[in-house]
Amino acid sequence: MIKIKDISKAFGDKTVLDGISAEFDKGKTNLIIGSSGTGKSVLLKCIVGLINPDEGRVFYDLRNFTEADKEIKSEIRREIGMLFQGGALFDSKNVEENVMFPLDVLTKMPLDEKRDRANLCLKRVGLENSNQKAVSEISGGMKKRVGIARAIVNNPNYLFCDEPNSGLDPQTSILIDELIHEITHELDITTIVVTHDMNSVIGIGENIIFLYKGHKLWEGNHTEITHSGVEELDDFVFANKVMSQMRKQ
Amino acid sequence: MSGFGKYMIFLGSLFVRRESFATYYKLVLEECIQIGINSALLFILVSTFIGAVTTVQTAFNMVSPLIPRFVISQVVREMTVLELAPTIMALIYAGKIGSSMAGGLGTMRITEQIDALEVMGINSSSYLVLPKIIASVLMYPLLVILAGVCALVGGYLVGTVAGILTPTEYVSGLRFSFNPTEISFALTKSFVFAFLIASISSFKGYFTKGGALEVGIATTEAVTTSVISILLADYLLANLLLR
Ligand SMILES: Nc1ncnc2c1ncn2[C@@H]1O[C@H](COP(=O)(O)OP(=O)(O)O)[C@@H](O)[C@H]1O
Ligand SMILES: [Mg+2]
Repeated sequence: MIKIKDISKAFGDKTVLDGISAEFDKGKTNLIIGSSGTGKSVLLKCIVGLINPDEGRVFYDLRNFTEADKEIKSEIRREIGMLFQGGALFDSKNVEENVMFPLDVLTKMPLDEKRDRANLCLKRVGLENSNQKAVSEISGGMKKRVGIARAIVNNPNYLFCDEPNSGLDPQTSILIDELIHEITHELDITTIVVTHDMNSVIGIGENIIFLYKGHKLWEGNHTEITHSGVEELDDFVFANKVMSQMRKQ
Repeated sequence: MSGFGKYMIFLGSLFVRRESFATYYKLVLEECIQIGINSALLFILVSTFIGAVTTVQTAFNMVSPLIPRFVISQVVREMTVLELAPTIMALIYAGKIGSSMAGGLGTMRITEQIDALEVMGINSSSYLVLPKIIASVLMYPLLVILAGVCALVGGYLVGTVAGILTPTEYVSGLRFSFNPTEISFALTKSFVFAFLIASISSFKGYFTKGGALEVGIATTEAVTTSVISILLADYLLANLLLR
């Protein structure tokens, strides 16, 4: 479980996040949704510590991450896996080396074991025969898969995904969403997914918070989201033609 | 000026939260190979030609029969050791290696590869930049020596083939009133330049913000700033060391 309390962040005089509190449950896919530029990525980066919030605290299973000393911080970091928007694979390494990389730096595993573990994860995301491929040779969807494999290779307790299906075709998007959802349940971990894709929301949103201009306006699950009574959320949810037709029916 | 402060803080950050020695050893080796592959051929080509051209031009300017011809190769030697090999090559090194360092780091920044390292608890600046600086400081002096030798060989070839001076004259010119401290001056310069180019270029690349366009801008800025700092450092070092 991850808990955030009163997170605020401004860049210069531009307030991006304004006092956001929330709880993200273990064994569930927790979503942070909102339209582009509302500060979803900034919030996610505050949670993992890539950005220091101006105010507020982040707790990883009751461990205060924000005020932790170096030791505790790196201990928590070891338990984090993250999938970045574009995959963020190291282009100087091939697919297998990318997946093995967290084991290289975080563990003292022998090479064989690392390779086995990497292959297991690559298999889990459905990429068996691409180990030696260069990052530049693989497609966007494959990059996301490799990114997921790299994120889970060190058995994380927490998984973060920033727009896992941006730039993917609808079918691949659904596959990636489902993969993240299944892995969350299999490993019983706390997963936080940032997205603005309504398909993901309906498909895998077990616990959703809605951001609007730096504020949390709503939280709930995917069955409640269509009748939230929050105007800004309705605008977001029914922006899609199909969704708005469903609403009229 | 705030840029300079940020640069100093950046340099300080390279030495905190480091990885193991073995990790750096591997990374430095990779960088060295990269630098060698990327620049050796260009260095050989450019320095050989400049050595040859310097010989021809010096000969062209020495019309007086009172000046012995071995002075030509003496002049070529002085030019090569003092300025051509360490400084002119540094400008080329900035264009070739500095720009690729800035471009590589800038790309890693905008594609969130640097964030990915940070999430894993790695000090990304130290992990990515320190090996580049160390490799540069190790490799550039070697490349300067290579360039110096090539320039003298270039001069020799042109001088003897074109009949400007005999091989004996050329070699005796090279040896005439030779001051070995010039070599250590050249090497000192190359250490300083190598450090400046690698650290400034990495700095520019590492703090890229935005997209592909900004990576291009960072790359250009890396080269410009490196070149200016080389020229300044060259002047300062000449004042300090050649007295
Ligand atoms: N490092 C930064 N410096 C200044 N402004 C930033 C920075 N990162 C994000 N922002 C601003 O914060 C706002 C929210 O960005 P972001 O979290 O990326 O939005 P999104 O919800 O689409 O992920 C944007 O207006 C962006 O310009
Ligand atoms: Mg975003």
